[in-house]
Amino acid sequence: MNDKGYKLVQGNEACVEGALAAGMRFYAGYPITPSTEIAEICSQKLPKLGGKFIQMEDELASMAAIIGASLAGVKSMTATSGPGFSLMQENIGYAAIAEIPCVIVNVQRGGPSTGLPTSPAQGDVMQARWGTHGDHPAIALTPNSVQETFEYTVKAFNLAEKYRTPVILLMDETVGHMREKMTFKNISQIEIVNRKKPSCKPEDYVAYRPDEDMIPPMASFGEGYRYHVTGLTHDETGFPTNSSHVSEGLIRRIVDKVEKNIDNFSYYEEYRLEDAEIVIIAYGGVSRSAKSAVDELRKQNIKAGLFRPITIWPFLEKQIYMVSQAAKEIYVAEMNLGQYSLEVERVACKNCRVKKINKVNGELITPEEITEAIGGSYEL
Amino acid sequence: MERYEIRLSGSGGQGVILASIILADAAIEQGLNAIQTQSYGPEARGGASKAEVIICRDEISYPKIRKANILLSLTQKAYDKYIGSLDRDGLLIVDEGIELSGNDPIKAYRLPILKNAIEKFDTGMVANIISIGAIYELIGEDVIHKDIMIRSISERVPPPTVQKNIEAFEEGIRLIRGYYE
Repeated sequence: MNDKGYKLVQGNEACVEGALAAGMRFYAGYPITPSTEIAEICSQKLPKLGGKFIQMEDELASMAAIIGASLAGVKSMTATSGPGFSLMQENIGYAAIAEIPCVIVNVQRGGPSTGLPTSPAQGDVMQARWGTHGDHPAIALTPNSVQETFEYTVKAFNLAEKYRTPVILLMDETVGHMREKMTFKNISQIEIVNRKKPSCKPEDYVAYRPDEDMIPPMASFGEGYRYHVTGLTHDETGFPTNSSHVSEGLIRRIVDKVEKNIDNFSYYEEYRLEDAEIVIIAYGGVSRSAKSAVDELRKQNIKAGLFRPITIWPFLEKQIYMVSQAAKEIYVAEMNLGQYSLEVERVACKNCRVKKINKVNGELITPEEITEAIGGSYEL
Repeated sequence: MERYEIRLSGSGGQGVILASIILADAAIEQGLNAIQTQSYGPEARGGASKAEVIICRDEISYPKIRKANILLSLTQKAYDKYIGSLDRDGLLIVDEGIELSGNDPIKAYRLPILKNAIEKFDTGMVANIISIGAIYELIGEDVIHKDIMIRSISERVPPPTVQKNIEAFEEGIRLIRGYYE
């Protein structure tokens, strides 16, 4: 560590450090490239902190294990890549309806299926929103640096705990595998959120009765509060019901508790947007290329800027709408054939033109590919 | 200081990835910005292995190398694969066992890296650290202090081999200094 507190750290390593700082003490997973270092480092560090690491037989079981651990009161995480993320979807839905906080890390690689195991992609953006069936809340965060991976892993846990919902940290191979500087300074001052617990006596506890903030207090199994947990639509006691009235209320509440609070976790970066006529929208690894492209375009007197969503779900509708009012053209650059761009088009198409820059060959989009798509050049 | 885009290549097991981590680590200890990336997958095990380091005073956005300004190649296969990506004004360091294609930059150093590793240190394992010495001599002490480099090496190699690796580092420096004498 140098005198400013900086150290060379890998993205996946920063994810583990963030999780531990947030209080994660249970990890269950099935190692998969390019997320394997997360499992590896958790297996080394968790036992020393009194935590538990378990390698499960597959990703369905991994997801089930972190749900169980979280119900017992322990902050829990799993990490995977595309193929494993597909297998986790069923139980992500379970965590959503049963309101069980947990963090799922997806270090994206080329897909579909086993695809390109060692190469970056951003093809799971829509899956992070709609991968599990039925209407459900979705929170997904997308860091673009090692430092941010640390910070947003902490935030992922805080949001999971606060809103009692699964949170997805949507990384990509570029960010997961690169090493760059990171500071551990101020680590003791990080805000840590813990789930709200019941203040009533166990016999008075109604497990799924929400407070005014729409979130029910959560008792840990083993503390004397007995309640029922199910993936079936349930009433406030946690037992299944077919009541249309209760069902409507439950689904609306679990979605609203997240979406109506979006202003509390709308994370994004604006870069040289002040007078920008051309706005690039990019996230994760690609946003680093986009930043270089903006600097290059500015040198050629093209008024370009970057809007970088970090909160990728829920969609930052308000911010993107404002960007589209000021812009002449929006270019959405992503390592897929156009996923986030669909949402941008929905919100921005009345105000400006929306164009796409896509790549699915397993290589990071380069700054020159972005500048050329926009009509500028790029001197190497 | 300019921007250094350094590509290290060899075959899997020669330690070019560790060498790249040591370089990036030292740059950050020095207070500079650095990004290290490496090739993953089948090519990292026995075939051509590649690692990249960008060192710069400014913030580094795009994390990959387009045109390297320093290329290290320890095998013919790696040289053949990556020589095309070296800038014309760049610096080339290769093991002396490599046949140059003739399409090389003016500043090319063919050094007995693998031979000296075995003859002077009894192990090919230090070839990567000799290489760091050579790269370091080209970057210069005004960019990264020598004691910081030595500290980064000492922290990243197996503890019983620290002294041997520091000597290997000095050997790399000597090879460059003596090259045009």
